[in-house]
Amino acid sequence: MRVEITDAVIPVAEIVAETKAGADGAVCVFDGIVRDNSRGRKTLHLDYEAYREMALEQMRGLAAEAVTRFGVRDVAVVHRLGRLYVGETSVLIVVASAHRGAAFDACRWLIDTLKKTVPIWKKEQFVDGAVWADGEAFPSDIGLPGASEASAQSADGEAFPSALGLSEESGRASHDGAPGFVGGGE
Amino acid sequence: MAYLFSGGWSQRGRLAYSVWMRVRVLYFGVLKDVMGQSGTVMEVAEGASVAELLAVHRGLVAASVWESVAVAVNQEYARAGDVLKDGDEVALLPPVSGGCEDCDAS
Repeated sequence: MRVEITDAVIPVAEIVAETKAGADGAVCVFDGIVRDNSRGRKTLHLDYEAYREMALEQMRGLAAEAVTRFGVRDVAVVHRLGRLYVGETSVLIVVASAHRGAAFDACRWLIDTLKKTVPIWKKEQFVDGAVWADGEAFPSDIGLPGASEASAQSADGEAFPSALGLSEESGRASHDGAPGFVGGGE
Repeated sequence: MAYLFSGGWSQRGRLAYSVWMRVRVLYFGVLKDVMGQSGTVMEVAEGASVAELLAVHRGLVAASVWESVAVAVNQEYARAGDVLKDGDEVALLPPVSGGCEDCDAS
């Protein structure tokens, strides 16, 4: 299993070739490349960054899970970071299997799951500005949409000091006299 | 139980009954811009949870992204009620956008 995060050009042909073996009847390749536009704006380049150690560990976990879940023989998952230009490969997934069905399914599952769970982000640079790309919402077992509600009580059920001023409805916290910040203005 | 946090800019004003721990907090993606830095060391009261650390951040900076973050503690996704320990590395993660532009999940 080849699982890597790299700052260099991904050697696509080399990785595909080395992933094949005699027992395979199919190799499914997903080569994700930088497109020249996004939501109607012309893309100059993308800057990818990661929580690198965690991202690599997550990718290793996904690769191993793909093998057991779909019964494929081998997978390669490689993601590139840094500045990428139009046409360059940002992510490569290769799945080798005795049969094509499992190879297609595993390949699709790997890219879909990677996009939702592996801590990598990209900033899109356009002619007229740059934005962090909107990610999809985290899966429910990862995201913490209810964290603000949970914070309204401590673990033992004691109410939070009201002066902490957290307001779930508005999504804003009161700054007025918040005692939670030691030293501020004292 | 105390719910006091310090961003590291001052250590004055601690309450005598709280025990303090240090955690390293990392910001990624748009949260780096929101927080104006890629990370910091925070002092949190013993027993503070992931949700409480998030609440403090919401108090520091109002931003819609807090509704959609995930948190990793020591590089593993954490739950809101998980309790922090001294020396933890806590990463606040906005929705991820790796992969490629045109490979959106169905």
